[in-house]
Amino acid sequence: MKNCIGLMAAALLLVAPAALAQEKLVHSERSQYREVLVYETNGERCMCFTRSCRIGRQSCINLADPHRFALNYTRMMMGGTFLMGDAPKSILIIGLGGGSIPTALRELLPTAQIDVVEIDPAVTRVARKYFGFKDGPKLKVYEVDGRVYVKRAAREGKKYDLVMLDAFDHEYIPEHLLTREFLTEVKSILSPTGVLVGNTFSSSKLYDHESTTYAAVFGKFFNLKAANRVVVARPAGLPSEDQLRLKALEYELALRSFGVDLRDVLPMFSTAPDWDTKARVLTDQYSPANLLNR
Amino acid sequence: MKGNHLLSGRAVVVCYLVAFWSGFFVMGVELLGGRLLAPNFGSSVYVWGALITIFMLALSLGYLAGGRFSQRNPSMAKLGMLLAAAALTTLPVLPLSGVTLEDLAIAIPDPRFGSLAAAAMLFFVPTFFGGMVSPYCVRLLVDSEESSGRRAGQLYFVSTFGSAAGTILTSFYLVLWLELNTILIAMIAISCVLATLAGAIKGNKT
Repeated sequence: MKNCIGLMAAALLLVAPAALAQEKLVHSERSQYREVLVYETNGERCMCFTRSCRIGRQSCINLADPHRFALNYTRMMMGGTFLMGDAPKSILIIGLGGGSIPTALRELLPTAQIDVVEIDPAVTRVARKYFGFKDGPKLKVYEVDGRVYVKRAAREGKKYDLVMLDAFDHEYIPEHLLTREFLTEVKSILSPTGVLVGNTFSSSKLYDHESTTYAAVFGKFFNLKAANRVVVARPAGLPSEDQLRLKALEYELALRSFGVDLRDVLPMFSTAPDWDTKARVLTDQYSPANLLNR
Repeated sequence: MKGNHLLSGRAVVVCYLVAFWSGFFVMGVELLGGRLLAPNFGSSVYVWGALITIFMLALSLGYLAGGRFSQRNPSMAKLGMLLAAAALTTLPVLPLSGVTLEDLAIAIPDPRFGSLAAAAMLFFVPTFFGGMVSPYCVRLLVDSEESSGRRAGQLYFVSTFGSAAGTILTSFYLVLWLELNTILIAMIAISCVLATLAGAIKGNKT
């Protein structure tokens, strides 16, 4: 065992400088919220919020084939989008990053209306310039806080067939976007068969709290886990395994060109709770998400 | 220069305690204020900017008013009343932070001025009273011209140290253990206890 660790450390020492040397900073800009950095490594271009992408790549594209999804969690997000039932006609995405998900959805669902909420104008700027993100009448970006947007949408009676939450990074969670009240507001803007897909955390104490919070609002939900965790919930009830499989067959081909194999995603759809079901639910009154995420 | 000892030894201690707690209270409420505004205005830097602006403005005017108020018959009882006023005017925050803030966010869609108005509505008055405490304490504590600077320095130390304690305890620990409203109620209760203590103490020698 000790030897094994020693070997791994040696391997890391050998690999790390090489990897660092290849990493090229393409662009950086300071925004009101953070530093937005663009790095290129091994034919991939990534958006990061920390120097050298120390933690958390926000969004990546494959330079040779920008079409393909480069980050792993996106295939789980696609699973949540396409396997749950009829393809969504109206989509809300909270958190833009490099925009690879909205760009792909725009292509896959040309008639759908896609609204993206991104609080940081610098992120939108960088997505347009370095990640080929193109907004237009069918793909609109709103530069506003996600919670404020959802509250406003609820007041205006807007409904979405799909709401994607992708606003967290590894360093900082906007705590008001991870409470029972917020998820209830999101639920209220879902159409009758609307689906929520949330990209969240798979580790730390927060996992338990986050899970009970989702359960408090949506009841049973699909819990897809890899390095990230993606929650897929539908207030109208979850589809059966057969229904999921049928949809996987239907969309398999379309998604393959994006580097997503829906057959790989299929077995990840689990409803088994693997968290402490007694963990305290996060609310607007109690939301120490960042303190719990350690 | 003859000394003008307004306070007994025990009253001096209570006076410092009030100043410490007032500093604690102001920063505790400010941090919780950020949490209370977030659901309707977000947690952007301008929301914090609005909040801090209102707190600083209220404190600055409170200092002025506290100094003036100290000129007529200063007493520990009146100091207690100031602390109680700061605490009791925080009470409306509990019911107002829900629906009222939502209405305000609808009325003022720009999150900068929306959060500025919200912060002013919820926190201006209590923080104004909080600001009155320090100069009032200076008046009670200063017993001679020579000691005035030292007393003022000690007072600043105690109240700003209280602010530091209120900031770290609230943001590192209290929000992890308790609900926002529970923390607010507990802090208001402690203020009321201290205010009663200040009012009850036989402080004035004259």
